[in-house]
Amino acid sequence: MLPAIPNILSLTTFLPLFGAIVILVMRAMARKDDSEVIARNAKWISLWTTLITLVLSVLMVLAFDKSTSNYQFVEHYKWFGPISYHMGVDGISILFVLLTAFLMPICIAASWDSIKVRITEYMVAFLMLETLVIGVFTSLDLFLFYIFFEGGLVPMFLIIGIWGGKDRVYAAYKFFLYTLLGSVLMLAAMLYLVTTLGTASIPEMTAKLAAAPLPVDVQGFLWFAFFASFAVKMPMWPVHTWLPDAHVQAPTAGSVMLAGILLKLGGYGFIRFNLPLFPDASEMFAPLVMALSVIAVVVTSLIAFRQTDIKKLIAYSSVAHMGFVTMGIFAGNAVGIQGAVFQMISHGLISGALFLCVGVVYDRWHTREIAFYGGLTKLMPHFAFVFLLFTMANVGLPGTSGFIGEITTMTGAYQWGTWVAFVAASGVIFSAVYALVLYKRVMFGVVTNDELKKYPDLTAREVALFVPLIVGTIALGVYPAFVFDFTTTSIDALVAGYRAAIGG
Amino acid sequence: MDLNLSLQLSIPELILGISAVLILVFGAFRGDKGMTSVSALCGVALIAAAFAAAFSAFGKGYNGSLVVDGVAVFAKVAIYIAGLFIIVLGQGYFDRLNNRRFEFPILILLATLGMSVMVSAGDLIALYVGLELQSLALYVLAAFRRDDARSSEAGLKYFVLGALSSGLLLYGASLIYGFSGSMNFVEIARYTVANPGVGLIFGLVFLISGLAFKVSAAPFHMWTPDVYEGAPTPVVAFAAGAPKFAAMVLLARVLQTGFEGSEHSWQQVILALSVLSFLVGGLGGLMQKDFKRLLAYSSIANMGYALLAIAAGQSGVAALLLFFVMYMIDTLGLFSAQMALKRNGEPVSRIDQLAGLAKLNMPLTIAITVLALSVLGMPPLSGFWSKYFVFGAAIQGGLWGFAAAGLVASVIAAFYYLRILKLMWFDAPPSDLDAAPAEAKWISYASAAFAFPGVAIFLWLAYDVAQRAAIGFGS
Repeated sequence: MLPAIPNILSLTTFLPLFGAIVILVMRAMARKDDSEVIARNAKWISLWTTLITLVLSVLMVLAFDKSTSNYQFVEHYKWFGPISYHMGVDGISILFVLLTAFLMPICIAASWDSIKVRITEYMVAFLMLETLVIGVFTSLDLFLFYIFFEGGLVPMFLIIGIWGGKDRVYAAYKFFLYTLLGSVLMLAAMLYLVTTLGTASIPEMTAKLAAAPLPVDVQGFLWFAFFASFAVKMPMWPVHTWLPDAHVQAPTAGSVMLAGILLKLGGYGFIRFNLPLFPDASEMFAPLVMALSVIAVVVTSLIAFRQTDIKKLIAYSSVAHMGFVTMGIFAGNAVGIQGAVFQMISHGLISGALFLCVGVVYDRWHTREIAFYGGLTKLMPHFAFVFLLFTMANVGLPGTSGFIGEITTMTGAYQWGTWVAFVAASGVIFSAVYALVLYKRVMFGVVTNDELKKYPDLTAREVALFVPLIVGTIALGVYPAFVFDFTTTSIDALVAGYRAAIGG
Repeated sequence: MDLNLSLQLSIPELILGISAVLILVFGAFRGDKGMTSVSALCGVALIAAAFAAAFSAFGKGYNGSLVVDGVAVFAKVAIYIAGLFIIVLGQGYFDRLNNRRFEFPILILLATLGMSVMVSAGDLIALYVGLELQSLALYVLAAFRRDDARSSEAGLKYFVLGALSSGLLLYGASLIYGFSGSMNFVEIARYTVANPGVGLIFGLVFLISGLAFKVSAAPFHMWTPDVYEGAPTPVVAFAAGAPKFAAMVLLARVLQTGFEGSEHSWQQVILALSVLSFLVGGLGGLMQKDFKRLLAYSSIANMGYALLAIAAGQSGVAALLLFFVMYMIDTLGLFSAQMALKRNGEPVSRIDQLAGLAKLNMPLTIAITVLALSVLGMPPLSGFWSKYFVFGAAIQGGLWGFAAAGLVASVIAAFYYLRILKLMWFDAPPSDLDAAPAEAKWISYASAAFAFPGVAIFLWLAYDVAQRAAIGFGS
């Protein structure tokens, strides 16, 4: 057994923030004319900080006890009034912590050469973002959760706004205000919960509400307020419109973070709050969510098909894939929720990799127009392989993690209602259509654009970025039990509580 | 015996009043070159008063005119400390303008004395005396740069409209006195509960209007942007925080002591003011080009939130105290940051002049970013917690619809704080800035450091204090 590290959760959460402070201090101490040295140091500090965070989270995963649904590595200190500093992870959240810590070094490495201006600020923003995102998954206090959840907006706003593309300001505003509007409603609901229950601790609150549920109409309002926030974050159709803009304008690593982690906050929120706290309302609104989910799957797949911008296409495909997640969650059965968690992890890897693929071509030719490309298979065979693998994983090819996620969520949805699974399955076909068409247009055919011949295949750094993602996607596709082993007990307990509350 | 107790309860006010007079004499002999020592003396007086207030006994003095309870003490300490910072800011500001005048710190002292009486007022006379003392000092302060047309204009506007509102307030007070037959809030409450009537409500509405003017709640907010734009910045930094705190506490006391038991007759009025304020503050700020005008609208919106806490009744009192401490520090920081920014000797007044600040002055950019995000209500910054308390109190008071509306309105206001961020971080700077004055710079850093992580410690310490202070308020 590994030696236990005290306060490992706080350590994992705040280590990136510490790295950010180190970078700022270093910059403040350095002479003005040393900007190149500062930039280099900032990059290395960030890379090492994120790697150590990854090591810490791996240690945490190894020390995790899978046989219990209780929160582990709990830290609890009183702060003021009903609010306390309360941290802990269960089988669901620990995987998201791992996913974040896993994607973060990749993001830093992906920005190594492609970010050329204001590098220290960039690194600081990313490290802060990492702390805030990990904090969302590790906090067990309602307001601590809210702090991390909302706080993440600011670094992302800056990342999109400073290092983004042409319309970056518009995209940054849209991203910020859209999500803020969603989350203030959640804040109102949280205030209501705290004032009526007298506690802000999530486990206590869940226990109290399980013992004495709120009246259904109150549940409905609160459920809807939480839903508004998470649905925007997710994003669900029809409040998804900020996502394509944000993705298209964000720098590559920003898109990876956005698709890989930030979208998962919504799904995580549904699992952590909507289902256990408001079970009756969840059951009542499930048909609505199911309808929105299948619309998302079908409609955004069709929209994706018509896109001329590679990044926008992948962004719409993300919305479609998140449709599976909401479908699985609100099916309210163990298979569905298991599948939803799996789908989120898997989508984190796959969409992250796809955005990195776009980054590879964008760094070379500085355009994301599909029409600009063609015949890249001949020029960049290694890249062709990587892109094909992840395109297939995105479509849900058996053997990749995408397949497991889609099949399990659809199984869960099938148990809830056959028509949902039926319509969603048609979405799988549409996704194959747009993904394959994209691949054909960019990669196959004859090279008509001489510009494309100017640059070489993947560099060693880019290969190093893709290898862990390839390994992860295949490994989860072949051996999904790695995820399910962790989530089973927690989700079984969740579903048992949910079933008991709705009386079925 | 009774006089003894009364004197004892009013030690902070006595310290302020007597030292103001003595320092005035001292200043008159030393002349304007003595501004530094006058400032220092006034600072000492404020510190002494703050200590006296902090350790003051609770009770009622001067036949109930002076009420010293937890809320009054809490507010007094906060207001005195705010005054102290303003004296430091003003000292540097007028120094650099080569416009030293020793009256400045003394007027600040008199204004704090007025506010001190306001938060302790137990009857209508104390209410009016405190309010007028505070207002008259501020009218003069607003016009303090008498060679500057805009400052004079600000002072005049403030005075004329302020006098009008004082008239409204007096009329209301006389109606209340006429109908209830008493000046004392407790007596008034006793009468109102027994004999509710239109006349009293009529008086109350006038009284509320007068106070709403002082806290710049819509629709009595029209003076705010003009005064903020024209008056000297340290004065604005003062006027935006402490007097509003005092007036809000006073309003809470009038309503919850003087009209205890007739909430139904004032709650709607306060709610209407509140909703109007955060709507006007949110929407009005969108079109502003001047930094100080923007902050004026921001403060109108924030007064809307504070009024929500008052409407919530007893549960909102602690929220009001915590809200104002955090709000005053944020505003102080933002105005100091504005004072720290100069280009070619001219203050940076338009928002678009902030463009590219991230490339010119990183520490100040971070400070302004933190403060703007804090006022926007971004967690974990102090502005978020002030909203947390206010809206939490509103929800506890059953006003959840209004709380939700206020939160949604805060998203509108978010837009203009984001614009500041956008300009500073995303845009390119036109030209270099002058070196930032030390005291303005450091006060804005300190405020930002309070916004986070200082607020964590503040809440840990002050939450229980505020809760305890609020117990028994209004009865």
